[in-house]
Amino acid sequence: MTTTAQPTARKPATMAQALTRALRDAMAEDPTVHVMGEDVGTLGGVFRVTDGLAAEFGADRCSDTPLAEAGILGTAVGMAMYGLRPVVEMQFDAFAYPAFEQLASHVARMRNRTRGAVPMPLTIRIPYGGGIGGVEHHSDSSEAYYLATPGLQVVTPATVEDAYGLLRAAIASDDPVVFLEPKRLYWSRADWSPDAPAPVAPIGRAEVRRPGSSATLLTYGPSLPVCLEAAEAARAEGWDLEVVDLRSLVPFDDDTVCASVRRTGRAVVVHEANGFGGPGGEIAARVTERCFHHLEAPVLRVTGFDIPYPPPMLERHHLPGVDRILDTVARLQWESRWTEGRGA
Amino acid sequence: MTVLEQPGSPRHTSGPAVPPPAWRPRVDPAPLLPDTEPYRLLGTDAARRLDPGLLKRLYTELVRGRRYNTQATALTRQGRLAVYPSSTGQEACQVAAALALQEQDWLFPSYRDTLAAVARGLDPVQALTLLRGDWHTGYDPHEHRIAPLCTPLATQLPHAVGLAHAARLKGDDVVALAMVGDGGTSEGDFHEALNFAAVWQAPVVFLVQNNGFAISVPLDKQTAAPSLAHKAVGYGMPGRLVDGNDAPAVHEVLTEAVRRAREGGGPTLVEAVTYRLDAHTNADDATRYRTEAEVETWRAHDPIALMERELTGRGLLTDAFATATRDGAEQLAAALRDRMHTDPPLDPMALFDHVFIRQTGQLRDQAAQLRAELDAEAEADGTTAATPAPAQEARP
Ligand SMILES: Cc1ncc(C[n+]2csc(CCOP(=O)(O)OP(=O)(O)O)c2C)c(N)n1
Ligand SMILES: [Mg+2]
Repeated sequence: MTTTAQPTARKPATMAQALTRALRDAMAEDPTVHVMGEDVGTLGGVFRVTDGLAAEFGADRCSDTPLAEAGILGTAVGMAMYGLRPVVEMQFDAFAYPAFEQLASHVARMRNRTRGAVPMPLTIRIPYGGGIGGVEHHSDSSEAYYLATPGLQVVTPATVEDAYGLLRAAIASDDPVVFLEPKRLYWSRADWSPDAPAPVAPIGRAEVRRPGSSATLLTYGPSLPVCLEAAEAARAEGWDLEVVDLRSLVPFDDDTVCASVRRTGRAVVVHEANGFGGPGGEIAARVTERCFHHLEAPVLRVTGFDIPYPPPMLERHHLPGVDRILDTVARLQWESRWTEGRGA
Repeated sequence: MTVLEQPGSPRHTSGPAVPPPAWRPRVDPAPLLPDTEPYRLLGTDAARRLDPGLLKRLYTELVRGRRYNTQATALTRQGRLAVYPSSTGQEACQVAAALALQEQDWLFPSYRDTLAAVARGLDPVQALTLLRGDWHTGYDPHEHRIAPLCTPLATQLPHAVGLAHAARLKGDDVVALAMVGDGGTSEGDFHEALNFAAVWQAPVVFLVQNNGFAISVPLDKQTAAPSLAHKAVGYGMPGRLVDGNDAPAVHEVLTEAVRRAREGGGPTLVEAVTYRLDAHTNADDATRYRTEAEVETWRAHDPIALMERELTGRGLLTDAFATATRDGAEQLAAALRDRMHTDPPLDPMALFDHVFIRQTGQLRDQAAQLRAELDAEAEADGTTAATPAPAQEARP
């Protein structure tokens, strides 16, 4: 792989295409990588992310399983025990729930309960989140369940480059990864070189996507583009917002997050998942514990409401949008400058 | 609507043909059906043809197994085991499961199946680690190819299917035998595992020990099926019903199922009808849900007594053999008692090991916190100095 710039090699690609390429390259490189799930074979998955894999690697390496999520994950555990590296596709966020017992009782703790003798090099891909006009049970943001389960890494890409790089890292990881794919970013595009993908930061590192000085937006997955848009709009208000893409909820990158918040003195967490018991509460607590003396205002949250995911014709009221983010930024006690005074 | 009508019935003879089904043609269910009565060998003519070596081996393991069960139960009373789900009365299933497998095969036991693991060669102290409470799995599963004891009911079954499937994809000669209770057959994972196994034709054998109860709940509240073995037919695999207290019969049925799996014939569901003579665990009071009279009828069908009758009838239970068998069992019990009476070494800091291959920042912070607490404890005892671990930001 060369790092020399090859302008002709960069072309527009969607996040879905980058994910497909990641699966393909991982399967080509490592014969123990097996893709399994509902409709992943002949059809190529309902989002076409596994398109072409069965044709290239055969039905044993990319297999249409019976329709049973606990069975898919449970058999994948056995395959991992035997040395394979299964990549499981759950068709939709809300249809991964039947597999939760296998996830919580086995996948997450197998390494621990066997004192390292039986690792679980498993990747569980879950399309998640709303904003695609999906009817009931097709738009959940279920990340809080996973990050509340010790032993799981929880990763979510927000860019085309990360979709490729993080999925490759997830498959290569010797520990299980819940890999949350933001559905509404599947068709997002960026210039990208599929034959020489740029290396990305490892799992467990956050990235500053937009540097700024007045406040930090902490976000991930489907809410990253919304936050970037909000940051642009905020310029008109005189706010220069920094946007941090968390990328990995577990492990959590306290260092990058806290460095940003200490610099700006203000923080807002933005995610689609409902607020109560959601990731934002944990993130706000961590930031407050670590950056208390640098904060000008309480850490605020912009999240989905504490309601079952709404029907598609109403979902725009539920999802964090630019206006709600800016309204929240406005509440960051801009009159306050007390930490500077105290520091003197 | 017409789908439900029989092709070939008079109404179809002149009309258009029923399109060919998009699904596989149905297989004839008759060969998959279990016998109506549990298969038996002991006390039948067929038993007389059984190899004396096998009978003596099974008997030795049964006697050891019974002694292991009584010793482990005693250890709960002495505070040396947190809990023990005894397999007293079920030893024939436990022993046969272990002996039906070859070296390279895998066993997937539940919490009740430590004896099967021990009969397969696992150190009894390691087998009891979970139940002693010093760690979850006391052994390296790869060493004897015994999966960790599984407590969430039936969840080990899909693991066995996946492992067997993976082995077959690799071209390895490996069969997985998975054990589950009668209550566990109501779980969704039981259904999903059997279905996957049959669709994949995975080399797996499912052994249901039907001991009559799921804690207090009898089988008639668990299922309306003619037998648990009948469930196999719905998945397209054979079901076998066997007397679970007849060690040679269980051994023969399992060995045959393992052979079939090994030769590419696919999975088998075996229901072994047995009885849990002890309570669910030492913490359970079985008198609340079953009568002593019922237990007595099963004591009369004790797997060890059945074997002794056979061995005596064939002149195989010599005094020397009986004594040697008893002595061997006593040695096992004595060694177990001695070794379990020493406290296991515990390292609280090991709590943070093996959560992930590399410790995360969060876990490092928490480990530091525990380290500080331990140091403070030690300091209070007058030994080492404490190291504080602030998670909170210090004032600038
Ligand atoms: C998923 C799950 N639900 C409940 C329990 C609690 N529990 C432990 S053993 C048991 C009864 C199981 O009965 P059975 O499957 O017949 O096995 P046996 O104990 O008789 O060997 C129950 C309800 C459990 N371990 N796992
Ligand atoms: Mg039972």
